[in-house]
Amino acid sequence: MRRAVLILIPYLWLVALFLIPFVIVLKIALSDVALARPPYMPQLDFTGGWAAIRNFLTGLDFENFVFLTSDDLYWKAYLSSLQIAALSTLLTLFVGYPIAYAMARSAPEWRPTLLMLVILPFWTSFLIRVYAWMGILSNEGLLNQFLLWTGIINEPLTILNTNTAVYIGIVYTYLPFMILPIYSALERMDDSLLEAAEDLGCSRLSAFWLVTIPLSKNGIIAGCFLVFIPVIGEFVIPSLLGGSGTLMIGKVLWEEFFSNRDWPVASAVAVILLLILVIPIILFQRNEQKQREAEG
Amino acid sequence: MTQSVFAPWNDPKAKPLIQFRNVTKRFGDFTAIDNLTQDIFEQEFFALLGPSGCGKTTMMRMLAGFETPTEGQILIAGEDMSNVPPNKRAVNMMFQSYALFPHLSVWENIAFGLKREGKDKESIAARVDEMLRLTRLSKFAQRKPHQISGGQRQRVALARSLAKAPKLLLLDEPLGALDKKLRQDTQFELMDIQEKTGTTFVIVTHDQEEAMTVASRVAVMDEGRIIQVATPDVIYEAPNSVYVADFIGDVNLIKGRAEKRAAAPADTTAQPVETPQPPATPAAQVSTQPVDGPQPNEIGEWLQNKLLFPILGKRDPQPKRLPPPAPNTDSRPAKPAPKAEIQPGGLELHWAEGQPPIIASNGDPDLAGQTLTLALRPEKMSISKEKPTAPNVLRGAVIDIAYLGNLSTYHVQLDNGPMVKVQMTNIRRIARRDITWEDVVWVSFSETSGVVLKG
Repeated sequence: MRRAVLILIPYLWLVALFLIPFVIVLKIALSDVALARPPYMPQLDFTGGWAAIRNFLTGLDFENFVFLTSDDLYWKAYLSSLQIAALSTLLTLFVGYPIAYAMARSAPEWRPTLLMLVILPFWTSFLIRVYAWMGILSNEGLLNQFLLWTGIINEPLTILNTNTAVYIGIVYTYLPFMILPIYSALERMDDSLLEAAEDLGCSRLSAFWLVTIPLSKNGIIAGCFLVFIPVIGEFVIPSLLGGSGTLMIGKVLWEEFFSNRDWPVASAVAVILLLILVIPIILFQRNEQKQREAEG
Repeated sequence: MTQSVFAPWNDPKAKPLIQFRNVTKRFGDFTAIDNLTQDIFEQEFFALLGPSGCGKTTMMRMLAGFETPTEGQILIAGEDMSNVPPNKRAVNMMFQSYALFPHLSVWENIAFGLKREGKDKESIAARVDEMLRLTRLSKFAQRKPHQISGGQRQRVALARSLAKAPKLLLLDEPLGALDKKLRQDTQFELMDIQEKTGTTFVIVTHDQEEAMTVASRVAVMDEGRIIQVATPDVIYEAPNSVYVADFIGDVNLIKGRAEKRAAAPADTTAQPVETPQPPATPAAQVSTQPVDGPQPNEIGEWLQNKLLFPILGKRDPQPKRLPPPAPNTDSRPAKPAPKAEIQPGGLELHWAEGQPPIIASNGDPDLAGQTLTLALRPEKMSISKEKPTAPNVLRGAVIDIAYLGNLSTYHVQLDNGPMVKVQMTNIRRIARRDITWEDVVWVSFSETSGVVLKG
């Protein structure tokens, strides 16, 4: 009995905070837009009894999902989001791996400090940090001023409001999510494995490819998913740093919701986004599971 | 020395495989290896033995190439290794943690080094299979390291390090992680494999039993220096210092002032006591001291009169001259002159007030006059309730008995002296053991049982 209660608690949690909200969003996605408050219909009215509920159910349809396929904006936004997410994940990996590697190889007494420096940005508001990037990247920003001062460039570079700025913002924001799992994989690695590889005839570089990379594989996979999954739905960075050409599904969703006040279409966009995200989430979970089994 | 005995270190013509030439290694202020020179020969099983921090692991890591000497040279097969990186040395190492690659199977682990040599697939497969057979691992070839037991992992590590057929195999505490039973089995396995492959093994260990079991020669190290290098039996039976004697096995260390003994057997007739030179005392006299009270022997008497009198003052009036000992003044029925069997020469050790000196005929007479230590192994002594006839017989009381099954160790508090450990084989069942706590016993040993050491 007690065990059943204990098991029930997480399930209740999931139902209350995940399943019920999802059902509500799905319901809105199946509704029609209306000039009302809330701006969709039909409304569920329990006081009307069975007839009202039947009435409500017949009012639901897949019209909005069909609409998403009719306008190429949506699938282009999805594809572009996936592309930006994939590319920025790769960039984050290339920036994050050397940092994680250097941290794991540093003197043990330095590691907590370095770890804290990686986590430190989380202590200030994400929004403020993105605004700070606007100050750095704008035409009169710090970066351009510096480059003009050194004489590397004569004309200020246009970085802000381009995809480049979006990539910079994403790599900067999500770097800790890449560094931490890779660091934890590398830190657990026994240094004598590298010595053993060298002893058996590897050069430093081939020891890195044959031992370090395979042993940090799980950390790399985890880090990539931790970056890729949230970046697909990213909204703040593309809307603040990106330009009119930056097409991301998060931004589209926001515009549907707040500018168009078309809640049903926005909800349909969100449901599709969720369905797309389920695939990498499942893959991520499977990787974690495999790793736990290998260690257990 | 016969031909069949493997002892290249005694052959001046033998060419050593490894030469340490005045090697010093410092880590900052800490000197890990201090001006060390040592040769290791081909096909040797050489053990580096010492407490942690004595520099043995540093020596091994310098051989593998993970550390470079601060000063001096290391030569392997006559070639200076200073600028040769680990991956270019014909040296392989078996790591303390085994360092098996967790993402590779047993087979791939063993093949790892061979693949780096760029050999063709068939010869790699043949060599790996050979190694698997040698270490009896064929069944586990496809398992991952975390799917096999500790003993099997240890064999994988050995197979991997032997696969490339190195000139020299380094073993860093190879058996530390195994339980005692498995460790003993593996020790013999290691010796077997060493013999089969003819590889030179250098093993680092802090376990003296392990070093004694496997090695052809043992180097006992302390604070970056090799204190003694010798075969296990010499290390055990003839340690060159108190440190070595104390580090290897159990030992009783009895400190005392040494005096020279007569070099040749003197006849048993009386000798003049007040000779200016240390008198050629008949050894017999020592063991036939009247037991009614502590008596100084002639040397003690002479020393008292000539040297110590001005410092310590006059001793209590004692008979200045002992009666010449008759052959049969022993309290026990006369045995066929056991005293004559005591070897002449060497030293005698005055170790406690009012106790007969300990005869050590193997002591170096040149050390006479110094304070020396007699190292005496517990199993080379015996204990009895009756006073036995032996060159050295010391009286004491049993304080403690440690029963080990096959052996018992008695802790005996000697009269006026230190506590000693005496080990006896339990020939009789424990119920019939006649010695018990607080018994007055006689501890006896021969004149060559102990080793006289400086310090």
